Parts: sequence; structure tokens; C-alpha cells
Amino acid sequence: MQVAAAKETIFKINDLNLWYDDFHALKDVNLEALNNEIFAIIGPSGCGKSTFIKTLNLMINMEPGVRMTGEINYKEKNLLDSRVDLVDLRRKVGMIFQKGNPFPQSIYDNIVYGPKIHGIKKKSELDEIVETTLKDVALWDEVKDRLKTSAMGLSGGQQQRLCIARALATKPDVVLMDEPTSALDPISTLKIEELMTELKKKYCIVIVTHNMQQASRISDKTAFFLHGRVVETAETGKIFSNPEDKRTEDYISGRFG
Amino acid sequence: MAKASVTPSAEERLILTKKNRRWDEVRGRSLVTICAIIMIVATIAVTIFLAQKGLQSFTVNNINPIAYLTSTNWNPVGENASFGIFPFIFGSLAVTFLSALIAAPLGIGAAIFMSEIAPKFGKKFLQPVIELLVGIPSVVYGFIGLVVLVPLVRDNLPGIGFSLFAGVIVLTVMILPTVTTIATDAMRSLPNSLRQGSLALGATRWQTIRKVLIPAALPSLLTAIVLGMARAFGEALAVQMVIGNTRDLPGSIFDTSATLTTIVTLNIGHTTYGSIENNTLWSMGLILLIISFVFIFIVRYLSGRRKI
Repeated sequence: MQVAAAKETIFKINDLNLWYDDFHALKDVNLEALNNEIFAIIGPSGCGKSTFIKTLNLMINMEPGVRMTGEINYKEKNLLDSRVDLVDLRRKVGMIFQKGNPFPQSIYDNIVYGPKIHGIKKKSELDEIVETTLKDVALWDEVKDRLKTSAMGLSGGQQQRLCIARALATKPDVVLMDEPTSALDPISTLKIEELMTELKKKYCIVIVTHNMQQASRISDKTAFFLHGRVVETAETGKIFSNPEDKRTEDYISGRFG
Repeated sequence: MAKASVTPSAEERLILTKKNRRWDEVRGRSLVTICAIIMIVATIAVTIFLAQKGLQSFTVNNINPIAYLTSTNWNPVGENASFGIFPFIFGSLAVTFLSALIAAPLGIGAAIFMSEIAPKFGKKFLQPVIELLVGIPSVVYGFIGLVVLVPLVRDNLPGIGFSLFAGVIVLTVMILPTVTTIATDAMRSLPNSLRQGSLALGATRWQTIRKVLIPAALPSLLTAIVLGMARAFGEALAVQMVIGNTRDLPGSIFDTSATLTTIVTLNIGHTTYGSIENNTLWSMGLILLIISFVFIFIVRYLSGRRKI
């Protein structure tokens, strides 16, 4: 049924190069991420995968000495050559970090933070956003009676799901996840993974992960980064069963990294 | 001699080092314990001494404590001596709160500038300057106040120059570095993930500061203000040099005034030990101590409420 319908391209990266001062961190990266897919980025530490994901919402600009060339096309708009509206970009491209980073405020206030910034003031509307996003991340039943209590009282896994809910509250197109489960126990990890497969029905998801099982379990496409280059990018099934490049094979079979 | 220098066996060496280590352990622990005990004893001793001396004006000299605290008539010598220290309590609290009122926004603003806007410039240039300001002795502040500020006030504002206002300004300058330093530490200790989280949601830098960082650091920022107030409250010398030291309740901030500390330092030297006036000065010392305790309790309470 869905076979015929071509998925919309969300990100198209052309020849992206990135330097931190003199250090050439990303080299000629070419990638494409589609809507309703989970795009996984794997690779050893220091391969540039975290740097790469941070370019997609230009959070990379916070780092000192960063210089980029090439194109990062988000829905056919190059983030590098035009004066992009960061506020709008980041509303549309949500990001989840390694460790849940809720604000030390109530659960409710955490979720309405984004929408309020982007101009939603009506209480009924905000209430509705809180309920739907918490339901989306399967946290509603656990916290519905204590929405006004501090988010810092939640467990690590709950905090991470709250942060996902917070990102969803601005109604993004894309959710970027930078090793979202690396600080979580296996059960919380499983919940987040289930959540991701649920979320891809509505969003494009780009995830950086250290965990190759995770990439193979949940993602549709996988890119293997090494020394700032994309060594190989393909359907996840193919990359894990029949990689083209020797280095990919070495990495996924655990011979290095 | 020769026998004693025979190399000990491995077992003996082990026992020897263990013994040494245990002795080392005991010695180190006793040393720091003694330090702690001295601290505690000193604090308790000062408190007891001050309480005992400070209460004498009520127990020995039969001054009514209510009248002492609320009367505005301070006339400690002569036949109809009267001991009302309300103007000084008022003066102390007035200079403290007014200087905190000015120093708090300035200090927190500077702290945000140093931690969020220009961290490099802040660390390299601003921080050393502020630390230098903390180190300047209060008499220097007082002297500058006397020579520069008082004439300036006299020429441009109502009153004679010496005033509550001049005291507030001098104290503001004095506590500003304290407030700024502690507030900067508070802002810097916020985890970077909070900033990232907020920016990644599309917030601007200013929104992030206002809606995430300041609320998160609020208990620590309040601590900074309270510690600044404690310093202002306890300062005697610099204030004494510019406030005018009159015993009446000031009618405006451009009137001369006095604080508990200035009255104590001015009079303790020329009153006889054990006289009524001397005892009432000790009572002021006790009140200063009690109010300082209140400041400390506020700080303790605030640090217990830290969110991160």
C-alpha cells in the first residue's frame, strides 16, 4: 500500500565539510533522510557522528571555531547559505540529548516551554498539548496526577521521555536524537525504542547511536561514519547483513571501535 | 646496632607500614578534628559571652527591653538618661536593604554578562577586577566616600552630604563584588544541558536566560544577595565615615543617620566598662549577632532549596 507513495525528503546533505579551527571533522558528507523513517548513524567515538547530527539544527554554531562548506538542505532550503531563522528551524527540528535534560521546573512547565516561546498562550490549548505529547511518549498514565510537581523527581528514563515530549510539543517535522539511550537501563531503553518506532509514523527521526543492536533493531537506513567520512550508507538490513565496505564489516562485527 | 639494621622480612615490613599508616590516620584525623572543635568552641564562646554581656543592660541596669528596642530617644548620659535604639536598628536595616536593592540587579546582571554573554572577557578581565574590589579594605571605601561622594551629594542633592544615601552608595559599591562573584558561580554551575535544551527548542539566548537559567539558579542568586546583605549589615567603618552619625530617625534618605555598628564603634572606646551606656552597646552587639544569625538561617534555607 505504502510502496508506491514516495516518502518526502526531509534532509539532503551535499558535500558537507566541517572544521573546528584547523581540525577537519566532517569530510564530504552526502546523505539523505526521508520522512517516516528512522535514520541511524553509527561509528566509533570521534568519527564525527555527534558533530554531524548537531549540524542539522545548527546547534553546532554554539561551538567555537566552527566553519562549514557544502549544503544542508532542510526541505529544499539550504541551512548554510541563506539567513535561516534559527527559532523557526529549531521549532521544526527537535533534538534529544544523551541524558534527559528537563528544566528544574514542573512537568507541565517543561512541556509548555516550547509552545509558549512560539506564541501559544491559551491555557486550554497548552493543556491539550501536554496531554497529547505525554500520551505520545507513553508517560501520561505515569505522571497525569503530578503534572505540577518538579520534573527532577522523575526517573532517568521518564526524564528522557519527558524531553521527547517537550520536543514534540513544538510540533516538529524531525526529531534528532544524540545517543538518547546511552545513559538508560535496558528497560527504559526498550521503551524509548518502542517509542521511536511509533514516532516515525509521524516524524523523520535521525538517531546517533553507539549501540549497533539498537541501530539494527529500529532503523530503516544506517550510515557508517569513520574519521569524518561516510563510509557506507544503505538500508539497515543490508548494512548489517551484507556491507559493501570492508571497514563497515569490521566495525559491525566488533573487530574495532 | 648491626642487628637492628637487618632488613626486615616482607611480613614485618607489612606490619610496620600498617602500623605507620594507622598512626598517620589517627594523627591526621585528630588534627582536623581539633581544628573543627576550636571553630565550634570559638563560635559558642562568642555567642555566650555576647549574650551574657548584652543582657546585662536589661538584667542589671533594668532597662525595659521593649522600650530599648522601640524608643527613638537615645540620650545615654546625664540625669534622665534614655536608651532607645530604634533609629539605629532602622538605620542598619535601611542601609542594608537599600544597598541590596541596588546591588542585586547590578550584581546579577554582571554575573549573567560574565557567564552567558561574554564568558572569555568575563573570565580574563572582569573577574580579576571584581576580585580586586573584594580585597580593598573598607576604610578605603569609606575614605573615598568621604572625600568624593559626600561633597558630590552636598552640592547636587538636598542635605549636608553626610547621609543615609551616602552610606547606601558606599555599601552598594562594597557588596557589589560579593554579590557578583557568588551570582557568577551560581550561573556557571548550571549544567550546559539546560542551555542546550532550551536553545534546541528554538528559544533565543535571552529567553533561555530569563525563563530557564535564572529560575534554575534562583536559590543560589538569592543566597548571593543575602550574603551581600550580611556584609552590608555588619560593615561599620566605611558607613561611619559618610553617614553622619546622628541619633535621630532620618526623615529622608538625604538626612544624616546612624547604624548599630557605627554607634558601637563610635562609643565603645569612651564609655567605662560596666557602665549603663557600655552595657547598652553590648546589647546592640547582641542584636547584631541575632540578625546575622537570621541571615545565616536564610542562606541555609535557600541552599536547601537548590534545584540542581
